[in-house]
Amino acid sequence: MNFSLARASLIAEADLVGIAGERAVCDPRGVLYFPEFRLLAVSDLHLEKGSSLARRGTLIPPYDTGATLLRLQAVIADYQPSVVISLGDSFHDGGGAGRMHSSFRERLEALMAGRDWFWVAGNHDPEAPADLPGETVRELAIGSLLFRHEPSKVRVEGEISGHLHPCARIVQQGRSVRRRCFAGDGGRMIMPAFGAYTGSLNVLDRAYAGLFRLETLMAYMLGNQRTFAISGSMLRPG
Amino acid sequence: MAARQGSGGRKAFRSPFVPILLGDCASPRYLWRVTELPRLADQNAAVALPEPFVKWFGEKGWSPRAHQIELLAKAQAGQSVLLIAPTGAGKTLAGFLPSLTELAVRPRRKPGQARRGIHTLYISPLKALAVDIERNLGKPVEEIGLPVTIETRTGDTPSHKRQRQKLAPPDILLTTPEQLALLIAAGDARRFFEDLCYVVLDELHSLVTSKRGHLLALGLARLRSFVPDLQMIGLSATVAEPDELRRWLVSQNPPGDMAELITVTGGAKPEISILDSEERVPWAGHSARYATPEIYREIKRHKTTLLFVNTRSQAELLFQELWRVNEDTLPIALHHGSLDVAQRRRVEKAMGDNALRAIVATSTLDLGIDWGDVDLVVHVGAPKGASRLAQRIGRANHRMDEPSKAILIPANRFEVLECRAALDANYLGAQDTPPLVNGGLDVLAQHVLGCACGAPFRADDLYEEVRTAAPYAGLDRPTFDRVVDFVATGGYALKNYERYARIRLNKDGLWRVSNPRVAQQYRLNVGTIIEVPALNVRYVKAGSKGAASHGGRVLGKIEEAFLETLTHGDTFMFAGKVLRFEGIRENECFVSNAPGSDAKVPYYGGGKFPLSTYLAEQVRIMLDDPRRWKKLPEQVADWLRYQADKSMLPKRDDLLIETFPRGNRHYLVAYPFEGRLAHQTLGMLLTRRLDRAGARPLGFVATDYALAIWSLGDMGAMFKARKPSLGALFDQDMLGDDLEAWLADSWLLKRTFRNCALISGLIEKRHPGQEKSGRQLTVSTDLIYDVLRSHEPDHILLQATRADAATGLLDVSRLADMLSRIQGRIMHKALEQISPLAVPIMLEIGKMPVNGEADETLLMDAATLVEEAMGPGMVDE
Repeated sequence: MNFSLARASLIAEADLVGIAGERAVCDPRGVLYFPEFRLLAVSDLHLEKGSSLARRGTLIPPYDTGATLLRLQAVIADYQPSVVISLGDSFHDGGGAGRMHSSFRERLEALMAGRDWFWVAGNHDPEAPADLPGETVRELAIGSLLFRHEPSKVRVEGEISGHLHPCARIVQQGRSVRRRCFAGDGGRMIMPAFGAYTGSLNVLDRAYAGLFRLETLMAYMLGNQRTFAISGSMLRPG
Repeated sequence: MAARQGSGGRKAFRSPFVPILLGDCASPRYLWRVTELPRLADQNAAVALPEPFVKWFGEKGWSPRAHQIELLAKAQAGQSVLLIAPTGAGKTLAGFLPSLTELAVRPRRKPGQARRGIHTLYISPLKALAVDIERNLGKPVEEIGLPVTIETRTGDTPSHKRQRQKLAPPDILLTTPEQLALLIAAGDARRFFEDLCYVVLDELHSLVTSKRGHLLALGLARLRSFVPDLQMIGLSATVAEPDELRRWLVSQNPPGDMAELITVTGGAKPEISILDSEERVPWAGHSARYATPEIYREIKRHKTTLLFVNTRSQAELLFQELWRVNEDTLPIALHHGSLDVAQRRRVEKAMGDNALRAIVATSTLDLGIDWGDVDLVVHVGAPKGASRLAQRIGRANHRMDEPSKAILIPANRFEVLECRAALDANYLGAQDTPPLVNGGLDVLAQHVLGCACGAPFRADDLYEEVRTAAPYAGLDRPTFDRVVDFVATGGYALKNYERYARIRLNKDGLWRVSNPRVAQQYRLNVGTIIEVPALNVRYVKAGSKGAASHGGRVLGKIEEAFLETLTHGDTFMFAGKVLRFEGIRENECFVSNAPGSDAKVPYYGGGKFPLSTYLAEQVRIMLDDPRRWKKLPEQVADWLRYQADKSMLPKRDDLLIETFPRGNRHYLVAYPFEGRLAHQTLGMLLTRRLDRAGARPLGFVATDYALAIWSLGDMGAMFKARKPSLGALFDQDMLGDDLEAWLADSWLLKRTFRNCALISGLIEKRHPGQEKSGRQLTVSTDLIYDVLRSHEPDHILLQATRADAATGLLDVSRLADMLSRIQGRIMHKALEQISPLAVPIMLEIGKMPVNGEADETLLMDAATLVEEAMGPGMVDE
């Protein structure tokens, strides 16, 4: 099939990014895929954010969970991973899994079927999601990689995290382009948020201070068809 | 005698009025004639002017003007009235005369009698205007010795005063549309307004054309439901369609009902001239820098000069340039909406004290506020609309019997044509105020929630009430019900939010707010004015990153979108200074002084107002008529003759299209004269079509007058071979699928959606102090838009967004009119080289951001740079 061919071509040598010696694909849809482990990582789904805000009177459309799951379904169909890691803040709040519409729950369970599924605990969802399969963990080590929700202040080589929702901004020809991005320095990687209603925070913000080796910082900005590797020196705050 | 005939018994009381028959008014004792006799509908109607007023007019040596008396007569007969008069005609006094005369003879309140509510509500579009009126009205009230209390209520009114106003209402309350919405949403609204007799609406022409006008119309409908025989008095400058305003003022049940009309014509004709510069008028640009010495000379010749420009950046530039030549250090000030409030108040005060010789201003000073003795108005740049020009010129010399004096300064050659057309139009008294549009559904949603916050409502009743407001007269019931549903639960097909409903239908058939928090939230978000995200601009020492130096002064606010294109060290103009950009921290932008340097980054946000349809037509007519070129400056007339020689001039109803090669590109320049917004939309759609036809278009720029597209393919040859023909390229069907497809992803539609989402109360406005919540916590409306569009494309808010876009940012309606006008009337001129008429827009290329969906290309460029600089090995360690 043409589509899977296109996928396969994405896993070309040049598109692989090195993290502490392991190789991964930064997919433009915002997921990280490790071909050697057949492992797919996705971060900050923030499912049921819409209903979470609705509880407080902001009645934004209740379709975010559906939209997020649809996109997740597409990447899983493409990569057919045997392991999926949801890197924390999978639900916008502790009650999120309980509020999920039954049709969405069924869709999620279908995605989970037949693979190892890990819910990494996040600050929004420290407890295991109610009535859902999968294993809930604080962190997870595979090969030389360590998966956890929040990047640690103390530098850990091979750490893959989320939490900060990185985006990057460049200015070219007087125009500003801002996109979500993977942010990495070869040693650690912070993943973009995947959820439909998730915002983002510039990688040059104070919140990232001290996390990266600035001389090797790269932002892999998400394009429509591919990611664009932009060197840290070209990035702009704001 | 009874004060009002036919208004029911409510206001009938005995009074010591001195009756004046209008027939007698010609005697100079009672009447100051304008320039011609107003049409007096009922010549013999009796008017009662209380004795103290007659005495006051006499002491002043004045007489009430004919229209003041006529308005009083109609008001006393129980009618609502629209008064259309030029500035300086005594509109304000006319508007308040019915209230003042009635209050003058109202029996005193006996001790123990219940406190009386508001008698007259005055609504103006500007806070400053309300404050100004308080001052101007206070004077006659005091001199006549009337027992009348007058107070303002605006966003600046302290809360203790607001509370006091609720307990002890003034007789006359001066306020804004937003404050009216808040008063209506209060639980005591009905009681607060039960004694209301008059609503005076100032600057009505400017209120009605926006969403503010929709909200106000709904508010007035609510007031009419409290007080059925409430009378409206609208005060307006000249408008194209007075009947629209007359309907707007009164209940549209029965449909089409209109307020009485009084028109005051005349006033001395303004003396307007176009600067015939000794300097060369530039081809393009908006700075009018060439004319600075000549403008300065005029400032020196006059007492006080008001200089109007169209954009903030033009104001900055002109201010800077004037000070550069200000050898006599005349007090010249700057005033625009982005400056810090304290700064603006200082300028306004200095102006009131006649301490200034000149003020450079944007539209913030547009409306009828009387400040000082302005004896010259200079309009820099083209006025964009004949009505706007008339309004601004009306600012000079607020006396109707003396001519206002104004000079127009065109910034480039097309603007010379536009100024000439506007000038001719002004003499003709032509008006080009935009037609009124149907009421926005987002505004209706806000109002529905506001009503529920005030008191429980029955849907049937509210629907009938809403339809009495002219903008909503055509609203159908299903749409209304969907809006109510939206207010309750978001109105989604997926019924997920029933338990979070903001308003609920109770068993008694009444809709009620679910909890007090809903009303609280509503009060914080009331209004239809959406501010563009902007950052404070704060001074720091040069070179500092801002962290160590918080102490600097705030200069004002700048749009985030502009700041995003700046990089550390860039210089730009703001608050009359050249500033260096030092960085952004949270909601502040740090800048340092960069005196002496030139501002490196130009900022032309585009004209705020597009060229009006009327003026565009006038420009086309002028181009088509060489006899009229005699009135133009010689250098501009030469330019047109040269164009006629090298190419051709567009005919009045035709569309001229030129194609020519230049460098290794091919260019298409079209001259529709339909304004920048419509051209931008046209440019987007044409590039899509040209791309499909294989022309490989690269980009386009649009101005108010023309549109230029450049491509790799030879468009001229393609049109010649009719592959495609120009007729097919410009076919009206581009407004179908192409528009839909483009719109879907357009940032224009996203911006429109954001406004609708904020106004309708879907999401909350950001408030000062809440800014720090940070990007990652707020849900951007762009994301909501994407999700809603793919899951529920027919949602009521998307419907509202599309309706807005058609008339607003995209100007689709105007584009549609144009496409139908030019069918079969496209003139193609294939040229070997650029034509004289094309020079201005070609000069814009490179200065203006190129439009197109080029974000990905920019990313690609940046990524390639990295690869070139570092080699591919960098990516994979």
